[in-house]
Amino acid sequence: MSEAQGLSGEVVFELERQFRFQWEPAQDCFVLLYPEGMVQLKGGAGEIMKRIDGKASIEDMVKDLQSTFPGTDLRQDVIEFLEAAHAKGWIRTKQDQ
Amino acid sequence: MQKAGSAQSKISNPLWVNAEITYQCPLHCVFCYNPVDYTQYGPELTTEDWLRAFRQARELGAVQLGLSGGEPLMRDDVEIMAAEASKMGYYVNLITSGIGLTEKRISAFKEGGLGQIQLSFQDSTRELNDFLSSTRTFELKSKVAKLIKQYEYPMVLNVVLHRLNIDHIQEILEMAEAMGAEHVELANTQYYAWAFENRRQLLPSREQLERAERITNEFRERVGNKMKIYFVVPDYYADRPKACMNGWGSVFINITSDGLVLPCHEARMLPGLEFPNVRDHDMRWIWQESPAFNAFRGDSWMKEPCRTCPEKEKDFGGCHCQAYMLTGDPANADPVCDKSPYHHLVTEEVERAQKPQLPAAEAKQVILFRDDKNSRALGQKQPKTPVT
Repeated sequence: MSEAQGLSGEVVFELERQFRFQWEPAQDCFVLLYPEGMVQLKGGAGEIMKRIDGKASIEDMVKDLQSTFPGTDLRQDVIEFLEAAHAKGWIRTKQDQ
Repeated sequence: MQKAGSAQSKISNPLWVNAEITYQCPLHCVFCYNPVDYTQYGPELTTEDWLRAFRQARELGAVQLGLSGGEPLMRDDVEIMAAEASKMGYYVNLITSGIGLTEKRISAFKEGGLGQIQLSFQDSTRELNDFLSSTRTFELKSKVAKLIKQYEYPMVLNVVLHRLNIDHIQEILEMAEAMGAEHVELANTQYYAWAFENRRQLLPSREQLERAERITNEFRERVGNKMKIYFVVPDYYADRPKACMNGWGSVFINITSDGLVLPCHEARMLPGLEFPNVRDHDMRWIWQESPAFNAFRGDSWMKEPCRTCPEKEKDFGGCHCQAYMLTGDPANADPVCDKSPYHHLVTEEVERAQKPQLPAAEAKQVILFRDDKNSRALGQKQPKTPVT
C-alpha cells in the first residue's frame, strides 16, 4: 500500500493475522496485541479500529463513525489512520492476502 | 529483607505472565535457566490451578501469556491451557524446543487461538558438536518449522549463543534461512542457574563476540527484510546493568511449575523472601500486597551507589539475582554496573574469558548438563540459607 493515494472508499481492511484487537478494562482503552507487545489505541484510533472487520469498506466505516459522532468531517482522519495502521503492518486490505 | 518497598510508589498492572508449566524436559541444555535444584520442587500445578491463576492475572490486566517450561509439550494439557487463556483475552505464546510438536497438536493449538510459537534452537544432546553436524537436530527442527508455516504461524527462532557455539554463527544463520525463519533472536547466554554453574565454559571472548556481530550484520544486509535478526550480547560485557524485568513487580509475573509466583524467572534463589504460591493466595494479593512483590518496588530499598544515582529510574539497580549471586546481597547494585564496588567480579570473569579455555572436547568433560542427577547433587550442595 505504498500507493496510499489510491486508497479508495471501497477498500476493505482486515486485521493482520498476528494481531488481536480488544477492549482492556485495566487500560481503559482498546488495545492491539501482537507477539510480546501491546499498542494502546485511545479515543478515535480505537473507534476506527473497532470497525475493521474484513467486511466494512472505508465508506461504510466513515458513515458509521459520522452517525456515532455527528457534526464533524471524519473522513480525512479515518484515511490517515488507516494509512498509518497499514504502514505499521497492523491491517491489510482484503486483496493483500 | 521483608520490608515493604516505598508504600507511596504506585503499583502498575502486570502485563506479562510466564508460566513454567513443567520443569520436565527431554533436553539437557547447559545454559538452562530453570533452578539447578529443580528436582526438589513439586508437585506440578493441575490444569485447574493454572487456569485459575491465569484468570486472576488477567483480571489484573495481564495480556501476554508465555507457556514455557522445561518443555511445555511434556504436559498433555497445554492445548487446553492455550485455548482457555486465549478465550480469557490473552495473547498466548508457546515457547518450545519443538520436541513433541505433532501436526495433531499444532492443529489443536491453532483452533484454540494460540498466537505464536517460539521455536528454540539449542544443542539438544550431550554431543556438543551435534549442534551443527547432526542431521537429526536439523531434521527435527525443519519438520517442526514446516508445520509452523503450514499452520500460518510466523517462524520465530530463538538461538542461545555461548562460547562453544558462537563461532558457528554463519552456519546457524544459514540454517535459520533454510528453515524460512522470519524472526531470529541470537541471544547470548545470561549467567543464571545452570549457565551460572557453567559460565567459565560459556562466556565468549570479546573477539568471538565481535566476529559474531560482524557476521550477523553482513548476513542481515544480505537477507534484508525477509528475516529480522536480533543480537543480544552478554551483560557481563556492559558497564551499566539491564533494567531487569523493567523493574521488580512492575510488569512481569513468573509462575513456577509448583505454583510459586515470582517477579522474574530466577528470583526463587533469593534468600529471605517468601514467595507466595497460587495454591494459597490469589493473584491480586500476591501482586499488590505480598511482601515479596513489594520488596524491591520503589527505591527505598536501595543502597549506594544506586540510592543517589541519576540513572536509578532507568535501570532500577539492575538485576537482584545477579547482585545476590555475585555479591551475596540482592539489594546491592547489579555488579555489571561499573559504579558497583563489586564490578571487578564481572570484569575478572570477562578477562578470564579472553584467555584460551579448554577445547570443546575437554570442556564437555567438566561442563554440567541439566539433568535430574546433576540437579539432585546440586540441590544438596546448595541448601537455601536465609541471610539475616
